[in-house]
Amino acid sequence: MSAHKSPRKTLQITLDGQQTEVQEGQTIWQAARDKGTQIPHLCWKDAPGYRADGNCRACMVEIEGERVLAASCQRQVSEGMVVHTASQRAETARKMVMELLIADQPGRDEAHDPVAPLWQFAESQETETSRFPARSQAAPDSSHPAIAVNMDACIQCGLCVRACREVQVNDVIGLAGRGADAHIVFDFGDDMGASTCVGCGECVQACPTGALMPKTLLDEGQKLAITPDRQVSSVCPYCGVGCQLTFQVKDEKIVAVSGRPGPANQSRLCVKGRYGFDYIHNPHRLTQPLIRREDVPKSASLPFDPANPLTHFRPASWEEALELAAGGLNQIKAEHGPAALSGFGSAKGSNEEAYLVQKLVRTGFATNNVDHCTRLCHASSVAALLENIGSGAVTASFSQCQYSDAIIVIGANPSVNHPVAASFIKNAAVGGADLFVLDPRGQALDRYASESLNFTPGSDVALLNAMIHVIIAEQLYDAAYVASHTEGFEALKSRTEAASPEAMSPICGIAPDRIRKVARSFARAQAGMIFWGMGVSQHTHGTDNARCLISLALLTGNVGKPGAGLHPLRGQNNVQGASDAGLIPMFFPDYQAVDDPEIRSKYENVWGHKLDPAKGLTVVEITHAAYEGRIRGMYIMGENPAMSDPDQNHARAALARLEHLVVQDIFLTETAAFADVVLPASAFPEKDGTVTNTDRRVQMGRQAIDPPGDARQDWWIIQELANRMGLGWSYSHPRDVFAEMRLVMPSLTGITWDRLEREDAVTYPCADEQSSGQDIIFADSFPTASGKGRMTPADVLPPDEIPDADYPLVLSTGRLLEHWHTGSMTRRSTVLDALEPAAEVHVSAADLAAMQAQAGDRLEVVTRRGSIELAARLDPNLPAGMIFVPFCFWEAPANMLTNPALDPYGKIPELKFAAARLARAGQA
Amino acid sequence: MAAGHQNEQTGTAWQQAGARSGKSGRKPRGGPKGRQVTATALAEISALLDGQSLQRDELIEYLHLIQDSQGCLSAAHLAALAQLMRLPMAEIWEVASFYDHFDLIKEGETPPPPRTIRVCSSLSCMLAGSEKLLADLQAEAGDQVRYIAAPCLGACDQAPAAADGHQLIGRADKKGLQKTAAGAKEPLQLPDYTGLDAYLAAGGYQILQQLKAGKLADTDALESLQAAALRGLGGAGFPTGRKWSIVKSQPGPRLMAVNGDEGEPGTFKDRHYLSTDPHRMIEGMLIAAQIVGIERCYIYMRDEYPEIIALLRAELAKLAETDLADHTQIILRRGAGAYICGEESAMIESIEGKRGLPRHRPPYVAERGLFDRPTLVNNVETLYWVRDILENGAGWFNDQGLPDHPGFRTYSVSGRVARPGLVRCAAGSTAAELIEACGGMAEGHQFKGYLPGGASGGILPASKADLPLDFGGPLAEEGCFVGSHAVVILSDQDNIWQAASNLMQFFAHESCGQCTPCRNGTDKAVEMMAAEEADTALLTELSAVMADASICGLGQAAANPLMTAMRYFPEDVPVKGKQK
Repeated sequence: MSAHKSPRKTLQITLDGQQTEVQEGQTIWQAARDKGTQIPHLCWKDAPGYRADGNCRACMVEIEGERVLAASCQRQVSEGMVVHTASQRAETARKMVMELLIADQPGRDEAHDPVAPLWQFAESQETETSRFPARSQAAPDSSHPAIAVNMDACIQCGLCVRACREVQVNDVIGLAGRGADAHIVFDFGDDMGASTCVGCGECVQACPTGALMPKTLLDEGQKLAITPDRQVSSVCPYCGVGCQLTFQVKDEKIVAVSGRPGPANQSRLCVKGRYGFDYIHNPHRLTQPLIRREDVPKSASLPFDPANPLTHFRPASWEEALELAAGGLNQIKAEHGPAALSGFGSAKGSNEEAYLVQKLVRTGFATNNVDHCTRLCHASSVAALLENIGSGAVTASFSQCQYSDAIIVIGANPSVNHPVAASFIKNAAVGGADLFVLDPRGQALDRYASESLNFTPGSDVALLNAMIHVIIAEQLYDAAYVASHTEGFEALKSRTEAASPEAMSPICGIAPDRIRKVARSFARAQAGMIFWGMGVSQHTHGTDNARCLISLALLTGNVGKPGAGLHPLRGQNNVQGASDAGLIPMFFPDYQAVDDPEIRSKYENVWGHKLDPAKGLTVVEITHAAYEGRIRGMYIMGENPAMSDPDQNHARAALARLEHLVVQDIFLTETAAFADVVLPASAFPEKDGTVTNTDRRVQMGRQAIDPPGDARQDWWIIQELANRMGLGWSYSHPRDVFAEMRLVMPSLTGITWDRLEREDAVTYPCADEQSSGQDIIFADSFPTASGKGRMTPADVLPPDEIPDADYPLVLSTGRLLEHWHTGSMTRRSTVLDALEPAAEVHVSAADLAAMQAQAGDRLEVVTRRGSIELAARLDPNLPAGMIFVPFCFWEAPANMLTNPALDPYGKIPELKFAAARLARAGQA
Repeated sequence: MAAGHQNEQTGTAWQQAGARSGKSGRKPRGGPKGRQVTATALAEISALLDGQSLQRDELIEYLHLIQDSQGCLSAAHLAALAQLMRLPMAEIWEVASFYDHFDLIKEGETPPPPRTIRVCSSLSCMLAGSEKLLADLQAEAGDQVRYIAAPCLGACDQAPAAADGHQLIGRADKKGLQKTAAGAKEPLQLPDYTGLDAYLAAGGYQILQQLKAGKLADTDALESLQAAALRGLGGAGFPTGRKWSIVKSQPGPRLMAVNGDEGEPGTFKDRHYLSTDPHRMIEGMLIAAQIVGIERCYIYMRDEYPEIIALLRAELAKLAETDLADHTQIILRRGAGAYICGEESAMIESIEGKRGLPRHRPPYVAERGLFDRPTLVNNVETLYWVRDILENGAGWFNDQGLPDHPGFRTYSVSGRVARPGLVRCAAGSTAAELIEACGGMAEGHQFKGYLPGGASGGILPASKADLPLDFGGPLAEEGCFVGSHAVVILSDQDNIWQAASNLMQFFAHESCGQCTPCRNGTDKAVEMMAAEEADTALLTELSAVMADASICGLGQAAANPLMTAMRYFPEDVPVKGKQK
């Protein structure tokens, strides 16, 4: 595989009588399009990732010297070819094809989608009716919550099959049967809703007839009822992949979402991005400021009904709410000093909001006690990356995997958490790259993996050290690269000397020969890429895990070239940007150390305020401090620590003990229930702002609709608070904030608001406004003191809490495909909620059988910190002895159970490993 | 959560009032999405596959294994197979559902009865009354047997043909078939054929050995073959020597596929040659492998010929004990009931374990065929004559033809003749000569018309019985072709429109369904041909576009019988008020 293709040859053809210059490899259809000739097409989708199939025959053209017509979408040009796209023979054939297809369709006035490409091409060729008898029609399938299946409109073109199997590689749709019985199937001809469909909707986006449509746009008669009156180009509000999308707006409501050809997603979306949009219209939305009722103590915050906040709060004017919010903070600052205050920003907000929150905390609160949920995600990865290669971001975009020969995915389940990135990883594996999936749990990527190593939970370092050992012992490392670009080789060598596969195998549970195979394949690859997720980072040895991965990449020279790199997959749409913008207690924007006097004075000059010289507290430390009374006042913007922090009894108790809590959110979250003041904010589609995806791509999010009721845009709320703390801000729009950010963030050199308005996405670093951003960084050197990357050895350490007789199981936590983070948005999305409606503990068949329980039975999961009750799910991907609980369900919060023990460097809690036991409900 | 577990601040459980979505009745999923593999099915399929390392291209072989042992393909077993092969369920289902010989049974559906009797529905057998035979049998079928229609069984000289499972029963009648169905399954009878020892004793494999030993130069042999008028006898008629040299010029590794998917209605020559003298074909294949330089030879045999598959398996095993085939690898593959897999690129897809969808050309299979490698595809009979030509010289072969029609051909003659069967005679022989060779017309029948080349070669009137039946030439001028040289004779007792309808039904049944003109065109044509009044204008338009815009030869030729029926037999075309 090579990133560099040789330039294509130019060929001469005669197209409709014109001598035409075309590129070798082009199809006739493309050559005609380039000349402004639109040849009808149905089974051909002119979009990246879609292979021409030439089956519908709607695009037939005549080529001189050939006995029969040719499908222009599929036939490549050749030197001297003489093509007639509009000969009578070609047009007759194309019209007959349309007539054959239209014969079997419901009439246009009855059509599910009368503006579908099929009908448009029928209209342009005057074949809206047919002389042929109609076939018998398939019954509608409305089993899927999001997708209406009306196969009476199907033309068997197979675009949905290619969408599902070749583009997104979700493997659900097939074309079964033969002849006139050829028909689209989901799995074994199952109802779509009963199939393995993951609801990405790529098939819907591809379907040219209306056989597959978003349910939201149809009436009860399965007919298109809603035509959007506005389309707004923006970015997905969920994970860090950063898919560009279009909000379809009708009557000031988002009615549908479609993928846009952004650089990260190439028009692909997942179920969340495509169908998880109606949370913003949920009746639970906060539409007016709320002030806590004096008769409701914080200890009684839960239970509460988010639909009815008035049990705990009273409505207030913005003026009153803001005065009270800022006043409380001012008072604590005055009485107890800045260190008694802290603030959480959010990785779900924009870069500008993140910047404003940290600026508010640093200049208004006058403390560095500002953090956000990256602490719970990739803090350890960032710690290791900064330590060893001087930068916390990815070294290459995920799409570089198309050029990889070997790909390691470790401690990540991208099919669930980064589905669109996963689709590109699958594309690469199908295209021939060796994919190695290293994770205790099985997952959807395994089907495409050359090897899947389901290692013992928590034994990452043992497995990775064994791989490093093999690469060094067998001299498979890139000696030249190691010599010129790295340091620490000798230490790494000596510290992994004893870590032979034989020695590590009993710890990690993987046979030595399999460890060797993966190590050798990765080392021998021309270009190798490493992806990782929370399975690596959320451990007390998370930083060590990441150190091993960095060593693995440096050792094999896999940084700074096409198809190679280190890529921690980011979990929230702006976790990269929020970190870059300085929502980190030890760094100003662009990772400038707060305890460096020189740096600090620079920021003091720009911001015009004296700044706290001490590093602030991190998320979990702030929770502890609040519990202990050291932190007395908090401002929480868009985060939900009452659900996301480990050991929730403790975290909630800490929130309850705060003297003053200001929460700014779109829903009355579990956290907001402890607030003194709740400020109703705007959802992502309700505001302008930039977000930075996992690839370091800064992208423009645009406002599609207004916030509901008296909810306000977040930048405005932050400014109002700031001004009530004496800061005197006067931003008039997020673009003003972005302009200021560029003053203090060299990473944004070359990226202006106007440029983002024009181009939608620019990757940093970016030298100037004319350059394109760098997809791959560190080709020559690293931003470290020596310019070299460091390989820091790691020792095998056990997890904090080892299973024992009382708690014999390993509990891991994480997300579900449909539910993102604490579920505050996705569980309020009709489709996502319907797909994953209830809390479940995922259990292996063996463990379920051991307790004589069945799927669906109510079980109790107990750890040393708490217990929750929920239903059992039989999960074939789990090894015996391991259970998994998603943390999105308020009715059974996983973080009641998790261990708050921290990684010493990244301060990230060990959310992926706790000792637990299962019992039948009520028998614990 | 447990009733006893209390929150430290509130003293109440962490239960919140009201569901977030406002919906009630939230039922947990209980498992991942979609059908889950059961441990039982997984164990059964693992046992059946017996520790083989599973290859994607062998999928159809595995499906046979399950169908043969279980009597059907249950969803549970297919799901287990998908998991073991690491394939999408949809991929398994779409392949399995493409082929007639697999019975796909979902949860809750009734598996087929233990016995399946197939009755041939193709033209020659239809002429012999197979439609009524099948209807009568179906009317009296119990729950232990099913009688189903099957496309051409390759025994048109024994019409009406039937099969017990896939074991041929020639000249079937109702009583006989009912007796068969009631009795125990007969063990597969192998035909009386020339085995390896006898073939060797009679001088077989000497040409191959000379080639392998360098005593006969590859180039000389190829030259000799190119001088001979041997052409592709599967129906396309491409000069064999030229094809070999084209593939030989392609970069290696090169592969070969022997097309034993003889399914063209009216054709039964390959079955004959393989069931009498299989090594003659095998030697031809091994000579090709030697001369062209073939890494692997795949023999794709239609599932309707189980006795051939069995004898090939036995003979190839014997051959493997010699050094005759040590220059290549031979793999025998079994079709699964799909006429389209006789189309070379569809056959290649099927050998790769996929649906038999013909590929677009270019690229031609000689450049990019099986597993995307340059591939030599030859029909069984084509290879069968290679040894004789190299032994006796191109002249020996060419001289057995007629002026302008060098070489000889094997015509499969069936229908209304006195003695249906194979006629080996000069290329370019005429229908009149073939009728004569078959003892004249059957008693009581007057010659009315004939199919010069199986189902797709068109239908000609008796007045054109003196056309030379060869590739191209005057036949092509009539819109017809000789194809696999299957000649079906029709008589005054036959309605040509009904014959054409039977053929169109065959094509509709056998269309792969890939392209619109063929999938929809054949289906619509069947319906329109059954109408009281034929819309000949629209049928003509449709036929032209099917010929012009279909991907492969099936769709391009499917309307030939219809077009020629309208042209030459207008009196049989139904018009309103006139009984068909």
